[in-house]
Amino acid sequence: MSQKMFVQAINEALREELRRDPNVFMMGENLELGMFGAEAGLYEEFGFERIRYTPISEAGFTGLATGASLLGMRPVVEYGAASFMYVAADQMISVAGRLRYATGGDVCVPVTYLAMSMGGGGAGPQHSDNICSLFVHYPGFKVVYPSTPYDAKGLLKSAIRDDNPVVFAYDIRSAMVKGEVPDEEYLVPIGKGDIKREGKDVTVVAAGSTNTMALEAADELAKEGISVEVVDPRTIKPLDKELILSSLEKTGRLVVCLDDYRDSSFASDVAAIAADEGFKFLKAPVKRVARAQVPPPYTTVLEREVMPDKDKIARAIREVLQ
Amino acid sequence: MLSNEDLIEMYEKMVLLRQAEEKLVEQSSKGKVWTLLAGVGQEAIPVGTVKALGPEDYWEISHRGTSDAAARDGVDLKRLFAEVHGRATGYSKGKGGNMHVEAFEAKVLPMLSIVGESIPVSAGVALAQKMKNTGGATICFFGDGASNQGVFHEGLNLATIWRLPVVYLVQNNQYAVSTPASYAVSVKNISERAKGYGIPGVTIDGNDVLAVYEAVSEALKRAKEGEGPTLIEAITYRWYGHHAGAGADEQMGWIYRPEEEVEEWKKKDPVANFEKKLMAQGILTEEKKTQIWDKVNKQVEEAVEFAESSPFPDPSEAFTDVYTDLVLP
Repeated sequence: MSQKMFVQAINEALREELRRDPNVFMMGENLELGMFGAEAGLYEEFGFERIRYTPISEAGFTGLATGASLLGMRPVVEYGAASFMYVAADQMISVAGRLRYATGGDVCVPVTYLAMSMGGGGAGPQHSDNICSLFVHYPGFKVVYPSTPYDAKGLLKSAIRDDNPVVFAYDIRSAMVKGEVPDEEYLVPIGKGDIKREGKDVTVVAAGSTNTMALEAADELAKEGISVEVVDPRTIKPLDKELILSSLEKTGRLVVCLDDYRDSSFASDVAAIAADEGFKFLKAPVKRVARAQVPPPYTTVLEREVMPDKDKIARAIREVLQ
Repeated sequence: MLSNEDLIEMYEKMVLLRQAEEKLVEQSSKGKVWTLLAGVGQEAIPVGTVKALGPEDYWEISHRGTSDAAARDGVDLKRLFAEVHGRATGYSKGKGGNMHVEAFEAKVLPMLSIVGESIPVSAGVALAQKMKNTGGATICFFGDGASNQGVFHEGLNLATIWRLPVVYLVQNNQYAVSTPASYAVSVKNISERAKGYGIPGVTIDGNDVLAVYEAVSEALKRAKEGEGPTLIEAITYRWYGHHAGAGADEQMGWIYRPEEEVEEWKKKDPVANFEKKLMAQGILTEEKKTQIWDKVNKQVEEAVEFAESSPFPDPSEAFTDVYTDLVLP
């Protein structure tokens, strides 16, 4: 075991899978620079054939990834910021996500999409989006959304080996998070959640960076005698519903956190599942802590108004306990 | 050099596509298949192309010309018809239908029905062919309308800078639903757009099967030699409107092309003109012609019979084939 940063864990996963399988290759803009650390050193090791830096053509290279995957390649597509994926939306939603179905199972599309949300970093109205809920909404995708370096590495390796389109969502606010990462090879299975902290009074379901915030909130509330259970779904599609419902059965209270717009979001889905399948466990209304329905502002004093954070999560926990 | 047998085979395939497509139009008017985008009048392009393809090559068909796929050896007309009739025995078990025709096992890539989408996807297939060193190339069909989509530019640019073994063939049938290419395309010939990528662009008579064969052969050769893409514009015309069936568009009040224009183009019938040519050269005889038409009509009837007698998929099939390993409600 050694301490690694989240981006280093992503880098290790990419490097290991590129070494393991000659069908794995990457496409994206400025990949040769290893801009944010995730791709550091990959171009030097694998060269242009495998680390294909592209023109600014998100729809184009996303389509190329689909095509290449039909013949058994395993492209990993990097978008820099998840907001840029909107340009590729048609190629993802209408093509990659439904080609297998449209062919009655004759083809599969083993593509991994790296989607970093820049929310919370002052990136402003057009660069801050988190696209994770979109790909929960539209059919055909798996969506992983890790919060720790351990999960990031294990889930990314699983995503690359998966035969389906997988969106690997993560937050820039997680990029510098440090944690234990084993030196030996391991995988984290897609579709399995994890209890990051056990508790008995309230269940907090939180993905990505909000999981880290929820753990900090739980530490703070523990001093007041409030026992918070923090569930990390790790994969938001398919969702480990059993884990969430069994935690809810224990605590009877639920707060759902997500660094994506609140309406029609993954957080709303979890609240709906609680109402639908966990109604008998609920002792209080379900609260969602997610982004407000405004474009993310640039300046910090405004941005923190609309983004989820530790204090907003702690407030919501207190509310469901009243 | 094409032998007489090759020419007869090409003629037979054109007759097959004509008769198959007309049959589907008929089935559509009877409500037996869903809305159809018929390619009657455009048969020379798929047939000339298929003749030029090698067994290692992939072919992305456009969303007009449901029967086009049947031109390729190894494609089963029965399963193709079953798919369009929404049956479990179809290539995609009735899930894709006439706007996602495919025969992947015969290297006919799944048709994509939002125009332009296939342009980068086929470049990706070509990228895999190049990375895997298969020696093959990919040809992608699309319509004049697709040449105005943004991904046309992205796909052609990427394919060119990476010298991918891909050939782009635009079936310019002069209308994108109702919008004339003469209005919507910024240049006279779509092939002129090739200049913007520094690749060869040629405009050919899309109703001349031999011209198609020659242009595609040359472009495939260039692609396989690592020279990158070629843009072929094949000028043609769809006899029916956007929707299949005589007067189908007009019934909806969609009137956008003069009748004389349609009649003029029917004189340029690719099947009849090729037939005349082969007859004049003594390659095709009346007797052989009758034989071919009888054979084809029987084949088409059998395909209809197979499709109509095939079961619809079990309702539980609605949930399968989204993922390789998961069934979600």
